[in-house]
Amino acid sequence: MSETMTGAEMVVRALQDQDVQHIFGYPGGAVLPIYDALFQQNSVEHILVRHEQGAVHSAEGYARSSGKVGVVLVTSGPGATNAVTGLTDALLDSIPLVCFTGQVPTHLIGSDAFQECDTVGITRHCTKHNYLVKRIEDLPRIIHEAFYVARSGRPGPVVIDIPKDIQFASGTYLPPGDMIHKSYRPRTEGDSSRIEAAVAMMAKAKRPVFYTGGGIINAGPEASRLLREFAKLTGFPVTSTLMGLGAFPANSPQWLGMLGMHGTYEANLAMHGCDLMINLGARFDDRITGRLDAFSPDSRKIHVDIDPSSINKNVKVDLGIVGDCAKVLAEMVRIWKEKKYQPEAEALKGWWGEINKWRGRNSLGYARSKDIIKPQYAIERLYELTKDRNTYVTTEVGQHQMWAAQHFHFNEPNRWLTSGGLGTMGYGLPAAIGVQKAHRDALVIDIAGEASILMNMQEMSTAAQYRLPVKVFILNNEYMGMVRQWQELLHGGRYSESYSQALPDFVKLADAYHAHGIRCADPAKLDDAIREMIDYPGPVIFDCLVAKEENCLPMIPSGKAHNEMILPDFAGEIGDVIDAKGKQLV
Amino acid sequence: MKSHYSDPTTSQIVERRVLCVLVDNEPGVLARIAGLFSGRGYNIESLTVSETEHEKHLSRITIVTSGTPNVLNQIEAQLDRMVPVHRVVNLAAKASIERELALVKVSQNGPDRSEHRMEALRLATAFGAKTVDATLNSFIFELAGPADDVERFINLMTAIGLVEVSRTGAAAIGRGAEPM
Repeated sequence: MSETMTGAEMVVRALQDQDVQHIFGYPGGAVLPIYDALFQQNSVEHILVRHEQGAVHSAEGYARSSGKVGVVLVTSGPGATNAVTGLTDALLDSIPLVCFTGQVPTHLIGSDAFQECDTVGITRHCTKHNYLVKRIEDLPRIIHEAFYVARSGRPGPVVIDIPKDIQFASGTYLPPGDMIHKSYRPRTEGDSSRIEAAVAMMAKAKRPVFYTGGGIINAGPEASRLLREFAKLTGFPVTSTLMGLGAFPANSPQWLGMLGMHGTYEANLAMHGCDLMINLGARFDDRITGRLDAFSPDSRKIHVDIDPSSINKNVKVDLGIVGDCAKVLAEMVRIWKEKKYQPEAEALKGWWGEINKWRGRNSLGYARSKDIIKPQYAIERLYELTKDRNTYVTTEVGQHQMWAAQHFHFNEPNRWLTSGGLGTMGYGLPAAIGVQKAHRDALVIDIAGEASILMNMQEMSTAAQYRLPVKVFILNNEYMGMVRQWQELLHGGRYSESYSQALPDFVKLADAYHAHGIRCADPAKLDDAIREMIDYPGPVIFDCLVAKEENCLPMIPSGKAHNEMILPDFAGEIGDVIDAKGKQLV
Repeated sequence: MKSHYSDPTTSQIVERRVLCVLVDNEPGVLARIAGLFSGRGYNIESLTVSETEHEKHLSRITIVTSGTPNVLNQIEAQLDRMVPVHRVVNLAAKASIERELALVKVSQNGPDRSEHRMEALRLATAFGAKTVDATLNSFIFELAGPADDVERFINLMTAIGLVEVSRTGAAAIGRGAEPM
């Protein structure tokens, strides 16, 4: 059924037809008609952020915690350029977003008009796809196509740039219908003969390991359930990337903890020493592999990924399977059962014996203190006091992020939201706002550092306006801690510009933002302070004063292999570990 | 010590590859393709594009690129996952035809003028080039052929008064009855 309406009305109607309940945005001259259309309806709720970067991160938090497509609406020029960091973040972490940007009227494009920028040109490299709508006839198709592209295959952000005259123009609206894209039809079913070969390899493996990633989360809760079932059937150990935490329960005895640069000793040595690596939805990122020519030298590698370009990109694998993790895992489980495969029990027992020896090193250990709050201790207590609740955790980027990944344990998918690929400081607070919007009754905590939080601190106003009781838990060590740690490692402890000078008083800042402020510096009082934070019915800023020069360990230093980790009981001089070549790496 | 990013494939031999890419002829599609190559540090030796199926708005892009086999496979995969890309085909050198077009302007002045003019015409005939423009002291030749022929023709003309060259990238098509 077709109806005549304006372009602006089509945007709102298409959002309703795409089952969108919440959008995050900021108005401006070039999107006023869309804001007017939003004003005249009640089914789509708009959340007014305080900076467009915040809108995109909020939509990311919303999307990752709910499995839906996140939606953003911003104006032309600075509205669009401010969104660029968020879009890039979503591209690297494969988060489905549709971002509407206003544009100057078509006859002014190219004239350097007020608030004009080449939005499709600028965002071409940081989106999965983007569109400039030049004719009202194309608008409904483009919007529905954008939602399809954002959520299909490897998810990602899509920008739709709509000139103002198109928003005013009248045309015929078309509902979504059955979308058959003329060129973009990503493969989701894995090749069955390859899956059979993979399962046969697993049945013969003597030292196997599952290396799982964000692809399991993106494939939906069923993929996590199947991973658990398959891990149980095989008895294999499981590790995960930062992006995949929660897909496999941290309370399972088969869980090795996170792997990679700040992963556990047992996870990294299992990766190094395995004879079969089963990569499910991870992408052999440089934070994971460490030194490539020494990466897992004796293993055969299976890689399941929905993006064919991920396979053999960084690491050459023996068997690549293009497909959706949930669908491939379902096939793997079916074949394993049908063929009545049994794991190599004796060999596996020996392998677990080795793993347990590595576990015995207690690589996440740290020196405890009665006088000062250790950051690891703060995360441990936060976990203990919130684990029985409906809790979601977002983070900023830096040491606190890694400590959260190490010491906060996740048993369910979609509960952990962090900027993994791009490493965007300022992600956590707006993402927490997006999570809270999608899960009104949940406890949503942004684990932050005192430097990161200031990058999008203005979003506290958004939390206050919409009464979103997000808790900002700042591990305040008065340093950009990861920068300081790398300066200690690489630059002789010369802490160039990494000290957080002239910090605001976070408790007073909370007050100014209509939130509750708490400060704690005493380990003995920490539990009560955390309880106070949890029980407070509105937004909280918790200023947790922690040990200032604590290093985040264990660590695989740049240029080193998985079996060359620095462990917490390392006695040497940390500044001597990395050689000149390694210092050039990031 | 080898770096953390050192690619074990760097010891592989650099090869040339001709890719045919069928894309929707939508605004910005060429910028998208070119941006992929610049953004990821891939080489483009030549790129030729034109709409080949007007009613379907399909353009065919012929890209000549070079790299190690791993990089070339990665280029194909990266192209193939782009939203407006319909197909990517690797045209094997022996089973395909490649042609470039060059417009070559030569101008003769000085004492050897008439000898050089005769030589230019003889070479043009030998290469199968067409004379598309002539004045008393210049010619413009049109030569279509494999890149090597065009290259040799231009080099020979350099000695006898080459002043300007305009040339396209390669257009390529697979041999035999089957379409791509």
